[in-house]
Amino acid sequence: MAGTQTERAHERQDRPGESPAEYLDRYGRMRLIRRFEQEIHRLFLKGEVHGTTHLSAGQEAVPVGVCSALEPDDYVAGTYRGHGHALAKGTHPEALAAEMLGRATGVCGGRAGSMNVIDLEHGLVGCFGIVGGSIAAATGAAISAQRQGRVAVAFFGDGASNQGYFHECLNWAQVFDLPVVYVCENNFYGEFTPMASVTAGGEIGIRAASFGMQSQVVDGNDLWAVREAALEAVARARGGEGPTLLECQTYRHYGHSKSDPGKYRPPDEVERWLARDPLDLARARLLDLGLSGDDLAAKEAEIDAEMERAVEGALAAAYPDPAEDAGTEYKE
Amino acid sequence: MSELEFRKAIRDALDEEIERDSSVVFFGEDVAAAGGVFMTTPGLHEKHGSGRVFDTPISELAMAGAAFGAAVTGLRPVIEIMFGDFMALPMDSLVNQSAKFWYVSNEQASVPLVVRSAVGAGGRFGAMHSQIHGSWFQGIPGIKVVAPSNPADAKGLLKSAIRDDNPVIFLEHKRLYSVKGPQPTEETVPLGTAAVAREGTDISIVSALRGVRDALEAAEQLAANGIDAEVVDLRSLRPLDHETVLESVAKTNRVMLVEEGTRVGGWAANLLGIVAAEGLHDLDDAWIVATKDTPAPYSPTLEDAWLPGSAEIARAVRERLGVAAASS
Repeated sequence: MAGTQTERAHERQDRPGESPAEYLDRYGRMRLIRRFEQEIHRLFLKGEVHGTTHLSAGQEAVPVGVCSALEPDDYVAGTYRGHGHALAKGTHPEALAAEMLGRATGVCGGRAGSMNVIDLEHGLVGCFGIVGGSIAAATGAAISAQRQGRVAVAFFGDGASNQGYFHECLNWAQVFDLPVVYVCENNFYGEFTPMASVTAGGEIGIRAASFGMQSQVVDGNDLWAVREAALEAVARARGGEGPTLLECQTYRHYGHSKSDPGKYRPPDEVERWLARDPLDLARARLLDLGLSGDDLAAKEAEIDAEMERAVEGALAAAYPDPAEDAGTEYKE
Repeated sequence: MSELEFRKAIRDALDEEIERDSSVVFFGEDVAAAGGVFMTTPGLHEKHGSGRVFDTPISELAMAGAAFGAAVTGLRPVIEIMFGDFMALPMDSLVNQSAKFWYVSNEQASVPLVVRSAVGAGGRFGAMHSQIHGSWFQGIPGIKVVAPSNPADAKGLLKSAIRDDNPVIFLEHKRLYSVKGPQPTEETVPLGTAAVAREGTDISIVSALRGVRDALEAAEQLAANGIDAEVVDLRSLRPLDHETVLESVAKTNRVMLVEEGTRVGGWAANLLGIVAAEGLHDLDDAWIVATKDTPAPYSPTLEDAWLPGSAEIARAVRERLGVAAASS
């Protein structure tokens, strides 16, 4: 099957947006997310990141593949596991790191923290600390997007597909033909609970059928597969043909949050998924497509240096001064 | 000029704001084709088209979420959550998304949306169609809560709410829809400002929504007893204009707060706390008249006893002031 996909990738590479060099950049973006999560993990253990944080390592192909199919002014709504959503849409790594560290230079001035990042300049209408909130935010953004020729994307997890937000908003979007793509990052666990034990019907993609909505189950660890599915869904949305549900099957490498070592997951299952690390898969594919080990090493070094500068800059930034940053309740 | 009916004031405000600003959209259950279950929005869909005024699924959470997402991307949605009681359903979006966005985003953008609902008891609608959610939302920073008592204010306040850049909860009391009153003298009424609805010297009766009308009726009854009551109409519950209340109390030295809602956890208890903290030196007496601590009952006899009406307001004032009822 991998050979077939590579063949398809070979066939595609003459099309705009499909060259190996462009995929190398996408691989770089995935590595940026991975390195970001590793740094946040390290900084959390040092007490520099406060409260809790939900890391997306292992799931990088989904936001990078989906956002690669979007225009810069399209809208994205993410989740409390949203660092990857923000970085994939274009949020500055240093501004995002500074936000995690509670610094004044954070993308939200340190007011938001890990779970609630908002970056409108890059089309990120928000990351939502309540499971399912992103689905509504993107649905609403799609009402505006419909008038603006734009598209809105909601990222959410398998757990959110059991929320009222999911069922109400998918019905709504289909009824009004909204230009929205619902991207379920199915990592097979809702917090500590296996998805299968609390989710009827076996898979999430088929739920779209009850709304008459297009859907696809996608290998969420395969950057090429995610991008291909996203391109199709985004084209459908932009063409006025309505919403799509993409179920991207993936796996998180860390536990649910910082209080969770993830011990409820069977070791052989973890092994199986680690063997399908989306970064390793992308790396192998890029070599297959003719890039050299040096090409990849150069991109990796560039990204690692960018991440290092981002963390250094964020750590050097000041905390917000309560005397200066009282904040206002309302926009006057 | 002819008088203005409350429901017409709502309709006219919507009509004029949809006309005035192309980013205003209005949606809700049965608001378009049917014109609203309380007949507050007839003809708007026909006049402005489906792009501006449309019916939605019975999905209050999606409705509030859609309004939020639309508001942060350039539109100014007005939504109708048919009965205030239904506001328990969209609360996550309103409380966690709309109310927090301006501050948490570090003021990248605000959320200009309005949520209209019919509220209040007295219509024999029973426990799940009679509540007022003003106090549920009063404690949430970032949200405004508006509570008009008469047609002119309803029109001016709704226009202000639609033009406001922040999320506004707009309460419409069911027993005001058919009330007629003078035409507005101003285009808009500022949010967060109370009004003295009747001047007096002996006691300040403070209320909102239908309670203001009841208080004004009670004040007429009290005048027959030689009691000169001042009536303060809060008009907004958040921001709460306690200054106007304190000024009134400084004049009358007595305050009675009338809330259609429970004593504990209501806006009246909240306001009384502020008056005590900031105006204790002006106070000779202060108390609250509220509903009983049960859900709203259905049966007319039970519901009438549950509600604080004008007769109860007048009786409470006479008792407290030690004045006998005028013989009729």
